[in-house]
Amino acid sequence: MTIGSLPPRYRISIDPVRCMECERCIENCSYGVFRRDGDRILVNSRNCTACHRCIACCPRDAISLEEHPCDYRSHPLWTREAREAIYNQARTGKIILAGMGNALDYPVIFDRLVLDACQVTNPSLDPLREPIELRTHIGKKPTRLDLRRREGGDVELQTPLTPNLQVETPIMVGHMSYGAISLNAQVAMARAVTKAGTFMGTGEGGLHSALYPYQDHMIVQVASGRFGVNIDYLERGAAIEIKVGQGAKPGIGGHLPGEKVCADISRTRMIPPGSDAISPAPHHDIYSIEDLAQLVRALKEATEWKKPVFVKIAAVHNAAAIAAGIARSPADAVVIDGFRGGTGAAPRVFRDHVGIPIEAAVASVDKKLREQGIRNEISVIASGGIRGSADVAKAIALGADAVYIGTAALVAMGCRVCGNCYRGLCPWGIATQRPDLVQRLNPDAASEQVANLIHAWTLELAELLGAAGINSIESLRGNRDRLRGYMLDESLMQVLDVRQVGA
Amino acid sequence: MSTVAKRVVIDGKGVHYTPLNQQIRKAVKDGAEEIVISNVLGQRFIGDGLRGNATIHVYGVPGGDLAIFMSGPTIIVHGNAEHAPGNTMDAGKVVIHGNAGDAVAHSMRGGKVFVRGDIGYRGGIHMKQYEAQCPILVVGGSAQTFLGEYMAGGLLIVLGLNGPVRARDIGSGIHGGEIVIRGDVDAACLATGARKVPLADEDRRRIAPVIREFAGDFGLDPEPLVNAEYTRIIPASARPFVGKYTWE
Ligand code: SF4
Ligand code: SF4
Repeated sequence: MTIGSLPPRYRISIDPVRCMECERCIENCSYGVFRRDGDRILVNSRNCTACHRCIACCPRDAISLEEHPCDYRSHPLWTREAREAIYNQARTGKIILAGMGNALDYPVIFDRLVLDACQVTNPSLDPLREPIELRTHIGKKPTRLDLRRREGGDVELQTPLTPNLQVETPIMVGHMSYGAISLNAQVAMARAVTKAGTFMGTGEGGLHSALYPYQDHMIVQVASGRFGVNIDYLERGAAIEIKVGQGAKPGIGGHLPGEKVCADISRTRMIPPGSDAISPAPHHDIYSIEDLAQLVRALKEATEWKKPVFVKIAAVHNAAAIAAGIARSPADAVVIDGFRGGTGAAPRVFRDHVGIPIEAAVASVDKKLREQGIRNEISVIASGGIRGSADVAKAIALGADAVYIGTAALVAMGCRVCGNCYRGLCPWGIATQRPDLVQRLNPDAASEQVANLIHAWTLELAELLGAAGINSIESLRGNRDRLRGYMLDESLMQVLDVRQVGA
Repeated sequence: MSTVAKRVVIDGKGVHYTPLNQQIRKAVKDGAEEIVISNVLGQRFIGDGLRGNATIHVYGVPGGDLAIFMSGPTIIVHGNAEHAPGNTMDAGKVVIHGNAGDAVAHSMRGGKVFVRGDIGYRGGIHMKQYEAQCPILVVGGSAQTFLGEYMAGGLLIVLGLNGPVRARDIGSGIHGGEIVIRGDVDAACLATGARKVPLADEDRRRIAPVIREFAGDFGLDPEPLVNAEYTRIIPASARPFVGKYTWE
């Protein structure tokens, strides 16, 4: 034995006094932790992923879960993760893949920013009494308006306007493909965004026919693999998004393993069943910013200039310059995906080490666009690690027009952020295609929950705006005066363009 | 624009691509079977997302992304074409009587692209097939490096009629479909993930109609081409990335 077995990550224990042997844990656990032996429920903790399905379904609260029941000798540098990655690679010699977002303990900038409120001199607004406008429009805004007065005295707009997306709340759901998540999960979110008057992304997996009823609220994605992309798909979407990069794995492509390409996914992606769906790292028709502008134009031309086109990039060091380049193309919005963005699977080294935080990326993009006088040419959508309405408000104050949420929407449907999406056994019916698991996710109930979440955050945003004496979300956009940095260093505050608390 | 029965003639001189495509769309909608566009000079996106089954003759040099997202029509270019003709095309046919630029038939899912002359780099990159849809790219001349990279399906034939085929790094990351090149291909010109095999009789029977169609379109004698020596390049594995990764 050289390395031997590693200490278990989790320990599950059942309190025999509380347990009534109903076997719900056995039925619900897709990882095979539980089994029955006579009148006892036995556990194999090594199979546990901390998905909490058993805990959620146990009628007697008999199950307890402990993380790292037996740890290594603590060491600030040689963490458990560092040591276990070495054991893994020493055994396999391979690249480590991992799920969900960045798992390193970087400071969260959002948590070092505080919002403002009115006291005495400028009274706050009461959302009950005053209308607080949360509706916004995503897309290009004209530099100037040419208005002419007609005979009868009516004013007529002469400037041609580019199509915008009207969103009733600045919270949209980002791109999670059919394949990465189940159809029930997509349908649930599609219903929720339709109800909330907002939009969601298809991801790069095509548009399943079950989503056609919600297509006016879907943003169809065109990624480097061009899966599921044809003229019908482009025409169905309310907007089209070119995915250049993704915060969880900037600079590399994607790869849906053949095992996950079942008949239905094959039809939606338009690839043979069982074949690997490989998205190359770059789009092979985009090798420059001019080429990107050309694809934007090609998509607009295909849809007769009726649809807004978004471009999504990962937040990387020169995101601001790239965004300024995108703003000079006919693209209508740039999505900046921060390094905390989630994913079903990404090489761990990319997930944890490549890219920059969304807070800094959005602030620098907004600043660059304003400096160049082209902020009106493009909307900015922030994504990657938005956990609550406060993050939404802070992202907007740093310069975003709206945000995309991803993980938060999954959590609203039961996801416990266990990070095992890649195994395809999600016991919540979200990141799985196994029919018995998928049917656990009731699209009606789940859509209600996602809609509730968006509604609740929207209410909170209205309250936050009212308290700050602001009556429209557009007046919060880029409004650094309503933000202060708390325990942030000076250079970072310069990047964010915020002052420190007390100043 | 003048209309004779089901034939429409459009003068492309100095017309921006959007009004040009609008005229094409209108002609298709009005039932034109043949559309002739003259004086084309660099307009991109001709036939972008176009449906139907009209035949469009392009005289001059169209710009990039000819027939991108196209689904049905036939476009015949009497001249050279810029980069990426047939990009993400779904169905239909593009016939180019001259040469074409880089990324010809990029991500094409169905239909045919026939180029009489040479093509640039990354030809047939990430072509893919699905059910009855099988994209076909035939190049009369030579192709440059990265031919058939990431190819996931379809048929790519290079005839090398103008001299030796210059492509190197052929089929890197190929995981579906086949590349057929006239003559022998040095193993050093294949990229990782690609493997060469002899063209079997049944393969020849399968590609013969395609070669005959190509020869017919360009007035070539088909039989010497049908009976020539070919090298067939296929994926070494349908799963090029299996074995590269381990789970956390
Ligand atoms: S779900 Fe709870 S009560 Fe039922 S068998 Fe499992 S541990 Fe016992
Ligand atoms: S979606 Fe992924 S992280 Fe969430 S519970 Fe399912 S497997 Fe775990």
